[in-house]
Amino acid sequence: MIDFTFTEEQELFRKVAREFAEIKIAPHVPIMEETNRGWDEVIKELAEAEMIAITIPEEYGGLGMGYIARLIALEEIARVSVATAMMNQIFGLGIEPFIKFGTEEQKKKYLPKFATGERLATIAVTEPSGGSDPKGCRTKYKKGNGTYFLNGRKCFITNSHTADTQVVLAVDEDNPEAFTTFVVEKGLEGFKPTHEEHKMGMRGCNTGEIEMKNVSVPAENVLGGEGKGLKVAMTAIGDVGRGGMVGCALGLQQACLEAAVKFSNERILYGKSISNLQAIQFKIAEMKIDLEAGRLLGYRAAAMQDKGERSSNEFAVAKYYTTEAAQKAAKMAVDIHGGYGCMEEFPVTRYLRDSYVLGPSAGTSDIMKVIISRWALS
Amino acid sequence: MLNIVVCVKAVPDSSMTAKLKIDPITKSLPRLDIPLVINPLDSHALEAALQLKKKYSAHITILCMGPPPAGNIVRECLALGADKGILLTDPAFAGADAFATAYTLAKAIEKNGPVDVVFCGMASSDGATEWVGPEIATFLNMPVVTMVREIVEDQGDEWIVKADYDHGHRKVKLKLPAVITVTRNLNQPRTLSFSGILKARSKEITVWDREKLDILAERVGLKGSPTYVTEMANLENRRKVEILEGSLQEKVERLVQILSDAGVV
Repeated sequence: MIDFTFTEEQELFRKVAREFAEIKIAPHVPIMEETNRGWDEVIKELAEAEMIAITIPEEYGGLGMGYIARLIALEEIARVSVATAMMNQIFGLGIEPFIKFGTEEQKKKYLPKFATGERLATIAVTEPSGGSDPKGCRTKYKKGNGTYFLNGRKCFITNSHTADTQVVLAVDEDNPEAFTTFVVEKGLEGFKPTHEEHKMGMRGCNTGEIEMKNVSVPAENVLGGEGKGLKVAMTAIGDVGRGGMVGCALGLQQACLEAAVKFSNERILYGKSISNLQAIQFKIAEMKIDLEAGRLLGYRAAAMQDKGERSSNEFAVAKYYTTEAAQKAAKMAVDIHGGYGCMEEFPVTRYLRDSYVLGPSAGTSDIMKVIISRWALS
Repeated sequence: MLNIVVCVKAVPDSSMTAKLKIDPITKSLPRLDIPLVINPLDSHALEAALQLKKKYSAHITILCMGPPPAGNIVRECLALGADKGILLTDPAFAGADAFATAYTLAKAIEKNGPVDVVFCGMASSDGATEWVGPEIATFLNMPVVTMVREIVEDQGDEWIVKADYDHGHRKVKLKLPAVITVTRNLNQPRTLSFSGILKARSKEITVWDREKLDILAERVGLKGSPTYVTEMANLENRRKVEILEGSLQEKVERLVQILSDAGVV
């Protein structure tokens, strides 16, 4: 028998995350929208509410709550601010390689500080030449005397300027088949965040480029072993990266549905609220169907993840479905609002802009189809 | 160490009042159709206890009477920092008025052991009688101060509290053990945290029914309730607006007429 209900404890997790998002994050949203900044304050709130510590094991100062709990938290945060959920999801993505592939020394050194928010993590894989083909990576490393020298650029890196610790994928200058992930810390000579992006949505969530010019990284900063970089990066992105995007998309779908229901109940046309019109009802029904189906896909994959199973294929399906559904929901929510849907004081405009940033993050829908078709054909 | 009991009630979530339906037969509000939340004023009672626990050594017991789903509310209180939970649940308790509720709660407090302070919210958001706290005090033969907005002195067993009184307040000295009912002015309740929920995993919730409390069936629930609800109705919003027009004299005359008709002057 399959039990589709959340436990009593998971319901409490949702309550914590919802209260946190509504009380602590919502006031920051207008500032983030207006200035494309405000992340310092939001990160402080995330750290104080232990949102960054969810997946970190208890023995390293985290909460050890697992991936269903993470999905619940991201969903509730995204319902209020997709930008904030995105930041938090990428902190989790940066932390994951340490949990899965870190040495005991690396775990002890980094994870307790990630848990408190004293240090912030991200992962840097995507480059100007592309992100979904990590083998096309042009950031190079050269092994010296117990040291590695990194050269290259990474782009579209979430938390590029806010993260203190970046997990960087690079290829051996002398062996194009050898990929390695390195822990690169802010302050190392030759390493710097450069260009900041101005995205159409998720404003206030830092995205940008990083540059490495002869950055000297000690051998102890190799994460997951030399030559194992693709496995490290793709495991984290496949399970945690895609999973996080599912949380962002589900939260946005929920927000769109709530906004559409509220507006359609309040807006009077032909003497009655427009929620009485079948054209509106069908849109709302579609949004609800997509949300329910998306939740089943997402939480099923997260449940597998909590059992220690690989879930990247299941998350590819969930990521494809929920991010597409979020775009559809945002458009329908805007449509239901009519002319008001074009006005910035209504949150649906933000939802529409945010929904289009969900698509390419952690792999576009077309890339998800490539992964899913490989899975189906294998 | 202070032994504190906080009485909490699971009430229908006020954000879902549109879904509340009055049962036409029992004239009560069915509790299981919409989510239950902790009675808002009881959150202030718990916060008072938690602040005392932080200042002094204290043990906080949560006492809640309600259907089994009310156990979630007890678990939430444990996650907020209370030490132990007791859920009083039995079909025989259903339909209890304030008197029968207070009697059952008082019996549970007695069974639980020595107590220094019993905190209650001043009223519940659904029943709102404000009687349960004082009636618990009566059954336990303890002093009670209602509508407490500030605990001025909390050292030793003689406390001074400030309580609302008509349009002002009064300072009351009371000797423990005592019952205190609180208003929302007392404090700002804390919010739940993930680590609080995880800590609550190891905390105990005891479930007691009528037999465990060793009380007669005719003293609890509907049978033990000397009061009953004869009618319950949705409140109609009768606000209306009238903009007075004409000369100043005409407006004043019309205003006097309106106030007179309303029985105000």
